[in-house]
Formats: sequence, C-alpha cells, structure tokens
Amino acid sequence: MSILDTLLKNHPTSILDSYRFRGDQTAVIAPASLMPVVDSLASQDFHFLVDVTAVDWFGKTEHQTRFEVVYHWLNLGSQERLRVKVRLQENEYLPSLAIRFKTADWYEREVYDMFGIHFEGHPNLTRLLTWSDFPGHPLRKDFPLDGGDPFCMSDSTSPFTH
Amino acid sequence: MDSIAITKTQLDGDRMIINMGPSHPVTHGTLRIVLELQGEIITHATPEIGYLHRGVEKLGENLSYQQFIPLTDRLNYTSSMMNNVGYTMAVEKMLGISIPRRAEQIRILVSELARIADHIICLGINAVDIGAFTAFLYLFRQRETVYDLFEMAAGQRLHTSFTRVGGLFRDLPPEFIPLCEQFLKDAPKAIDELEKLLTKNPIWHDRTKGVGALSVEEAINWGYSGPCLRACGLAHDLRVKQPYLGYDQYEFDIPVGTSGDVFDRYLVRVEEMRQSLRIIRQVIKTLESGPIIIDDYKIALPPKEKVYTRMESLIHHFKLIMHGMEMPVGEVYSSTEAANGELGFYIVSDGGKNPYRIRVRPPCLPIFSSFETKVKGRLIADAVAELGSMNVIAGELDR
Repeated sequence: MSILDTLLKNHPTSILDSYRFRGDQTAVIAPASLMPVVDSLASQDFHFLVDVTAVDWFGKTEHQTRFEVVYHWLNLGSQERLRVKVRLQENEYLPSLAIRFKTADWYEREVYDMFGIHFEGHPNLTRLLTWSDFPGHPLRKDFPLDGGDPFCMSDSTSPFTH
Repeated sequence: MDSIAITKTQLDGDRMIINMGPSHPVTHGTLRIVLELQGEIITHATPEIGYLHRGVEKLGENLSYQQFIPLTDRLNYTSSMMNNVGYTMAVEKMLGISIPRRAEQIRILVSELARIADHIICLGINAVDIGAFTAFLYLFRQRETVYDLFEMAAGQRLHTSFTRVGGLFRDLPPEFIPLCEQFLKDAPKAIDELEKLLTKNPIWHDRTKGVGALSVEEAINWGYSGPCLRACGLAHDLRVKQPYLGYDQYEFDIPVGTSGDVFDRYLVRVEEMRQSLRIIRQVIKTLESGPIIIDDYKIALPPKEKVYTRMESLIHHFKLIMHGMEMPVGEVYSSTEAANGELGFYIVSDGGKNPYRIRVRPPCLPIFSSFETKVKGRLIADAVAELGSMNVIAGELDR
C-alpha cells in the first residue's frame, strides 16, 4: 500500500486533493492538518525531510489560495517519496517543523525570506539569504525580476506585516 | 541587528569575536561565520550566508527550460556536469521521455569524472586547510586531467553546459577515450599516494578523528545526504537505492563510515573516488554507439545541416527557440546523487515556455545548517576541519 493510500485512509477529511504524476505522489492539505499528517508520516518511517519550499500562485484565478508550501519526504527504508502541499492564504501562518526536523530550520527561514510565509514556533525566523532590511520577498510573483532598483533598497513590493 | 549584539559582547571581558569570511581561504566561496570565542573554544558560531545569492530560482522562472542549463553550471561549480545532468533529468521526467542509451552512458561517465573532481577539491582543500599541503598538489594533477576531458567533451572546463533536454550537446570526440583510459591508469596511483600521505598520518588523525561525529538518526534529522550521511554509517546512495540512467547495470560498492567524523568522511570520499573509477572503467567497456540526443524535434533541436537544407527542420528550429517545448501541466521532483549529496530539482509547470517555479534542493544547505551545533564547545581549529569536510560550495548554498 502506498503512503498516499495510507494517508487517504487515515486522514480522509484532511486530504483536500491527491494525485500521481510521473511517479510522484502528492497530497494537498489545509494548514490545520499539517501536524497530524506529519505525525502519521513519522509513524510510517518517513523521517527524512528532503526539502521545504513554496509556490506563489499570485494572479492565477484557478487557485483559491495564494501560496502552497511544499514538503518533500523520503522514506529511507522503502525509498518511497511523498510530496505534501499545504494551501495557504496570504496572511495565514503555518506551524514550524523546526522542532522535530532540524533541517526545517533553514528551509523555513529561506521560505520566509523568499515568500514572506510565517512559521509559528520557529526558533529564529529571520531572513536567510537576503539582508534583514531587504524590501519585499523576491520569489513572490509580484516582485520584479530586476528587483525594482539596482540595490533593491526601495520598497518594490509591500513587505509582509505581522 | 545581529552585528550590534556582537559589538556588545565584544566589550565583555575575554570573549573574542572572529569573523571567518566573507573572504577567507577556508570558506570555499563567499560565506561568513561569526565565531564567538572563549580562549580557543567556540561558544557561538553564527553562519551568515547569501553573499553569492544570485536569485537563480527567480531567474529560472523567466528563462526557458533550455536556457536554465547554463545557470546550473554555477550551482556547484566544482562538479557542474552533475548539475547539468540532474537538471535535464528533471525536465525529461516532466516530459516523460527517455533518452538514448549512449547519452545515458556518457552522462554517467562525465558525472563520475565530475564526482572525482569534486572529491579531489573537497579532500585536497580540506587537507590544505588543516595544514597538509602536499596531498592537494598530488591530487590536483589528476583534476587537471578531468578538466581537460571536460574541455574535450563540452568545450569548457568549468561551466560545461554539456547536457541538453533529451540527451547531450555533442558526442565525445575520438581523443576522449584514450585520455580517459590514461586517467584510469594514473588516478589510482594518485589516490594511493594521497592515502600514503594522510590515512596513517598521526597528525591527520589528531586533527580529524572525533571532529564533527554524528549519529545516523541525527544526520537524517539534519537532512544530511551524500558522503556526509554515509560517513555516519547509513548506506544511502541514490545511484543504488533509486537507480537512474541505468546505474544499476554497473557494479560498485557504497563505502560507509562508522562515526561520521571528518576522518570517516575523508575515507568515504577516497573510496568513492575508487568506486567512481570502477564505474568509468565499466562504462568505457560497454559504451554503445548510437545517437546522443533524442530524435524528437519538438524537444531537441534538429541537426544544423537539416536546418539549413530542409524547410520542416527550419520550422522546428524556429518553433523550439521562439515558443519552447510543449510542456505538460504538472510538477515533478527529480533527484540525483551529486558529489555532495542529494541534488534535487522541483519543477512546477503551467504549460508555458518557462517553468512556473523551479526549485533547487542544494545538498550542502542542510549539511551546513548543522555547523553551529557541531562546532560549539570545540576548538577553532576544529571548525576549519569541519567546514572543509562539509564541502560547502557557496554557489549552490546561496543559489
């Protein structure tokens, strides 16, 4: 039984959508069900959090929520992979996984830096790649490719406010 | 800001703040570590990264799939071949195509050469950082040969851009195989010499043993992959566990360590170089003849002579350059075993000419994120050894 089927069986209501494409399994969930799903994955030997990233669907009307935070998990025993996507509105928070997966610490900082998505309970949610007073979040789709001005010093997109 | 807090502690008695980097010989690129010292003991180490952040992922969203290939060269620039291979494999997975066997074999061949070059840099420079200069010189002669081979194959030594979606940019020239065979004869000798210099060297043992030791569970929790994870004792290698490009047809072993310290990582990398040579030997022996790029002009450019002589090929060429490939809507994550660990590409396509989102999962970012916990309470000299053996490449770390 694949992990996607197991999740669908154990969390029938929290999985909003699920699909397989080119051998990749994807489960889409709401922010509130992230922790239960992570618990469930841990009990199925998914201990390796490979990657955390996000996608900005700004201006795409077919998507009701602006962001998707994407987690990639790997089961080191069966070598099965699973992608968990969490749909998120612009001002929604997501619980941080940094306590359980140390690797999530920097990944979440990077997502915060690049997309302005907040992770609740993160020990040190500061920018990772850009400097602390950098205006805006570069990987948002409304951030201009050239950064607005040569030194990215002016407000090119409205920064996320608490 | 952090820097203000640092000046406060600077005034505080015998504590000392040392800036390692942004430009320091051991940082291998541009990264900064603020070390807080009590005597020679590190009490805090705050890594500051992003000095080499070029916005590769943002640029990728505005380039076509083929145009992104040169940017992958600049991720881990010590083994750019493997980044080329990893990226084009992700696009091929998205398209759902398979490439000709010869192209696969040549990809394996250059990937393993790149792995050797990468390990040479990592080991050689790690040794230089610790104070053993000779090993570096012995190995760099071999690295020179690898780069000569890359120059023959791709026309470039460092920024190779050798792969194309659906295959390769061009076939290997006839003089490639003889030089590669010569390399196969010389490289084991150089690796033996390296081992003679270091493996039983008591100074090397003192500097590396026990430094940065880590359990397997901890390493997985930190997101370790590649030689650093294998040095902890877990035989996880994507070439074997999730075979791609037909790696399963070749015989090779996965070396593992026991404690995960700098010494074990050194041993794992040395043995991996030997195993890579073993793979290269088998690839050369079984190298098939045939095309090196897929015969589908909606994905790969038609050959130049056809473009100039046939109307249909000219149209294909024009369409491919101007409008790009016909991409399916969807998302894929494709990962390969790069020299440093799992190199992943996550591509989201909305069917357009450019990827909607392209994400590079750099192998050294999770490894480097554990730096502070690993050097805390240790000597400043251990930080140098640890940083070198983590093989942090700033181009890939910051993207």
